[in-house]
Amino acid sequence: MAQYKLVRCTINGKEVEQMVDVRASLTDMLRNDYRMTSVKKGCEVGECGACNVLIDGECFNSCIYLAVWADGKHIRTLEGLMSKDGELSDIQQAFIDEAAVQCGFCTPGVIMSAVEILESGRDYTDDELRKLLSGHLCRCTGYENILRAVRKTLDKRLGKV
Amino acid sequence: MYDIKALYEASSVEDAIKLRLEHPDAQILAGGSDVLVQIREGKRAGKELISIYMIDELRGVTLTDSGDIRIGSLTSFSHITKNEIVKKYINVLGEAVDMVGSPQIRNIGTIGGNTCNGVTSADSASTLFALDALVELTGSSGKRIIPISDFYIKAGTVDIKPDEIQTAIIIPQEKYDGYKGHYIKYAMRNALDITTTGCSVNVKLCDDKKVFEDVRIAYGVAGPIPMRAKTAEAFIKGKAVTEDTALEFSKQVLNDINPRDSWRASKAFRQHLATELAYRALKECVKLCGGEM
Amino acid sequence: MVVGKSVKRIDAFDKVTGRTKYTDDLCDKSAYIAKVLHSTITHGKVLSVDTTEAEKIDGVVKIVTCFDVPKVYFPTAGHPWSTDVSHQDVADRLLLTDTVRFYGDDIAAVVAENEVAAQQALRAIKVEYEEYPFVLDVQEAMSDTAPLLHESFPNNILGHSAQSVGNYEEAIKEEGLIKFDNWYDTPTVQHCHIENHVCYASMENGRLTVVTSTQIPHIVRRVVGQALSLDWGKIRVVKPYIGGGFGNKQDVLYEPLCAYLSTVVGGRLVKIDSSREETFVCQRVRHAVRSHIITYTKPDGTFVARKLELFSNQGAYASHGHSIAAKGMGCFRQLYPCPNVEAECYTVFTNRPVAGAMRGYGIPQAMFAVESQIDDIAKGLNMSPLEIRQKNLMPVGYKDDFSKNVNYFDSFNQCIEKAKKYIDYDRKIEEYKNQSGNIRKGVGMAVFWYNTAVWPISLESSSSRMVLNQDGSISLQLGETEIGQGADTAFAQMAADSVGLTLDKVNVISCQDTDVTPFGTGAYASRQTYVGGLTIKQTGEMLKKRILDYASKLSEIDINELDIVDNNIVVTADNKVVMTVGELATTALYSMDDSRHITAESTYQIKSNAYSFGCCFADVEVDIRACKVKILDIINVHDCGKLINPQLAEAQVHGGMSMGIGYALSEQELFDSRSGRTLNNNLLDYKLSTFMDHPHLEAQFVENAEPTSAFGTKALGEPPACPVAPAIRNAVLHATGVAINTAPMTPHVLFEEFSKNGLI
Repeated sequence: MAQYKLVRCTINGKEVEQMVDVRASLTDMLRNDYRMTSVKKGCEVGECGACNVLIDGECFNSCIYLAVWADGKHIRTLEGLMSKDGELSDIQQAFIDEAAVQCGFCTPGVIMSAVEILESGRDYTDDELRKLLSGHLCRCTGYENILRAVRKTLDKRLGKV
Repeated sequence: MYDIKALYEASSVEDAIKLRLEHPDAQILAGGSDVLVQIREGKRAGKELISIYMIDELRGVTLTDSGDIRIGSLTSFSHITKNEIVKKYINVLGEAVDMVGSPQIRNIGTIGGNTCNGVTSADSASTLFALDALVELTGSSGKRIIPISDFYIKAGTVDIKPDEIQTAIIIPQEKYDGYKGHYIKYAMRNALDITTTGCSVNVKLCDDKKVFEDVRIAYGVAGPIPMRAKTAEAFIKGKAVTEDTALEFSKQVLNDINPRDSWRASKAFRQHLATELAYRALKECVKLCGGEM
Repeated sequence: MVVGKSVKRIDAFDKVTGRTKYTDDLCDKSAYIAKVLHSTITHGKVLSVDTTEAEKIDGVVKIVTCFDVPKVYFPTAGHPWSTDVSHQDVADRLLLTDTVRFYGDDIAAVVAENEVAAQQALRAIKVEYEEYPFVLDVQEAMSDTAPLLHESFPNNILGHSAQSVGNYEEAIKEEGLIKFDNWYDTPTVQHCHIENHVCYASMENGRLTVVTSTQIPHIVRRVVGQALSLDWGKIRVVKPYIGGGFGNKQDVLYEPLCAYLSTVVGGRLVKIDSSREETFVCQRVRHAVRSHIITYTKPDGTFVARKLELFSNQGAYASHGHSIAAKGMGCFRQLYPCPNVEAECYTVFTNRPVAGAMRGYGIPQAMFAVESQIDDIAKGLNMSPLEIRQKNLMPVGYKDDFSKNVNYFDSFNQCIEKAKKYIDYDRKIEEYKNQSGNIRKGVGMAVFWYNTAVWPISLESSSSRMVLNQDGSISLQLGETEIGQGADTAFAQMAADSVGLTLDKVNVISCQDTDVTPFGTGAYASRQTYVGGLTIKQTGEMLKKRILDYASKLSEIDINELDIVDNNIVVTADNKVVMTVGELATTALYSMDDSRHITAESTYQIKSNAYSFGCCFADVEVDIRACKVKILDIINVHDCGKLINPQLAEAQVHGGMSMGIGYALSEQELFDSRSGRTLNNNLLDYKLSTFMDHPHLEAQFVENAEPTSAFGTKALGEPPACPVAPAIRNAVLHATGVAINTAPMTPHVLFEEFSKNGLI
């Protein structure tokens, strides 16, 4: 018999609750129960970063995070970044402006890592940024324009440009 | 969706011990970055799991009254790296675990899970060996503290009794005080990789910085479990801080290590790396100690 | 005019908000989950499959084995179909097979209500095999004693072809010639698109619908029809946005099996969501190629006679087959034209994962061999790598007899000049002289040959449709696909200019649906901007003429005096606006006396091809004792004609360079010699470059307008991956003096080579 547990958490600021199969990963819960399709499946073993989400402010591969662990947590996905009136966040706009998007499959995960970086309020060297983003594999961009988008947004937020 | 037979969630250490006794066949699940992957691969599919991940009392780094550093077993790698006590006294450990996988893996991966796996490539393990760390295990009859070298039994097997969970890693004060350490992870790429060979060195120089007072060197993937190079350590004790000493030291490690041929690397290449990394890590430690070669 | 401008991708907004729907996002959650049982032997026969235990598992709906499926062989290559039987792709695949030809071959499938039940069932199926010896090495496979994979291909040779110019044997008799005789090896690598292949199928009104993550929807339709013996019109293939393809999805993968499984469960919805491990082993890889090149030169570096033998490792099934090796061989006589050339290539079956199309289609392999040898020759003759190339490279005005391609421009030298300047080549050559320490630096270069599209080997045609909407905007459809490269944006730019509209008035219907999308063969051969441009221009002009025809009727101005500029119908003489296209469209559709639905649709068949050339320069640092190469700086320069969208073109080059860096230094699938199993079937053990393994990637262009192209453009999708590995290899040679003839130059290889050469 399948075993279920009530999982209460906030997703993009909204309190939600749902009976969840204890065998489910957080990726399964977000995609299937909440239709958060920005959370992508690329390897399901924590190697590609496509399913990356923020849990209590830190990045996690939701594919290797049990859904039941999300109980009581604050989860953020890419769906939560655009404002209610449809305005993009600076980092999303930078991904468009710098052509950091190609097939788009790694994009949601990478943007969420960028959010953690930007919200730290700190400055980083390019090498540090590369390390902070290194949990994401991308086959289209060579990482070049992604780095450029994060760099430019960071500089803007820190008032450097 | 994972093929899990049943999931038992422990709310405290006491609860975890109780669950261990009630479900002797169940696998302990910490952060899951290894166990869940193995379930998905089919290796541990269909098993019962005891999740200890929610036990917050097992998180955090503290400096005990006796000056030892106590790291709760569920402390994530990233929290170890960011911790001020770690930065101040055992920065080498913070640096070592900052080379595990990726930022996401360092957020979910725990030092307890990393050591309980019993694998030789664990990035925390060689540094813990080089620090002569102790492992704290808690069971129904209380706590048991053993040296990390005794904790590892063989590849994939560690000394945890059926009623126990690992609750902390302890670095005794005399093992870090006055030492500087450096870890080199050698891998095929600069992120998202497992260690081909890892080398962790701790050095204490005499007051004039001209003589090696004590050196501890440990390896990952130089044998079936993490190991120290005791011959090399004995050799260097009391020797002058010179280039020649460093070169001879790095050759001496070959008396101790026992890497094997595998598709990940040949024995000859691992031996070459062990020597080269010993030399480089030692040199860096001397620099950190304020010595010159 | 928007062609040539760096407009933002038309799909970027949805992609940065997570709104873009990929195949799995669209599949209803009620779908049955199908999983494939893969063989655990490398070569042999399935004697029996016992499903008794598996069928007892709760949630298992249906198990199909290799003994249940129809014995209908079908081809999988994403090639245009040929009506000439002798030119058709080899049909050697079954939905499930009882003859195992590689470790991981498909022998049974489970349909279940959920993923866990399907996985449990796979583990519960018992298979009995009869094992045969297997062969993994391409040349061993050609020997008379090697195990045979396919009965109709003696010595496992799937294809063999040869070319000859002049008289090689006579020419090498000349006295005073210097001989260079070298072997080069390139690895089996995988595409590693981040979205694994996913497809789902169901039946409606007696027809099959297959939604799939593919580059080639119209080809998938044909192959599903062939595999299931169904009329092609009974099949509808839908291609949503896809998370990368790079050639793996230019093959038909699990679509036929998925469609078949739907038919055996009453047409219910069935999904096959491939795992990363299956992507590495059970889909397609790049052909590992071994090349043997002999070059005879005069002491001044003039090439007198050259010989190439190329052995391409096909793996277990034909897929794209010999065309990859043939393309690699084809460039040999062209890139450095020489009066006496002999070239031959073999494509050989082995018991390895199946090789198919992958970005560059044989050219990255060929360039690694050819461009490495050029530097070996330069070193041997004590000449500069630049000088030897400039002496022998394809000259301006060169015409290839077979493809009729003409080298119209001095692209090579123009590209080389730009790259040299960026990398500060001459100064670094000086600076890096006489190094002796553990850390040594070097600069290296390589050029590449490429061409655009597949004419004259195969059909080249593309169709497009434009519909004028009520508001004066147009909807554009074509069979050529967006796979991440930015095709839709480029198509929109070209359509806007062809009709005279602004970009916002062009709605690209991105998602292909073979029921409604005009015929086009899809994304491959770096063809789409070239051939899509031709059909878009043609259809755009037809639509424009129809709009102007109606405008002429309304305005009573002669059609020859009218034009469309920026969404307005204007009088050409004075640019006076007669009406907006929007006003015209509304009138045309709702007119009570002359209502017209203004549309245009056309096919453009292309009987040309175009060279696309360029180079890569790399500046590296080698830590000899650590056996590691660090790239300090790297640049690709391309002449792909006029850029449709410079920013997207640059991004395309970055991705190809990244793939090239992996090819040079770290990527390769490894096989266990005892079991034949792929050892590193995951993204941890397969070393695709990460954020931390790259320096800045510099991409620059030379823009010579291609005369055979509608918008002056030509191939760019694949070329960036072609010159990178040899450029890095040549930089390592420059740094250390060690010529490494095996890619990737992993630390393992460097350890061997540096040890052998006395450096460590």
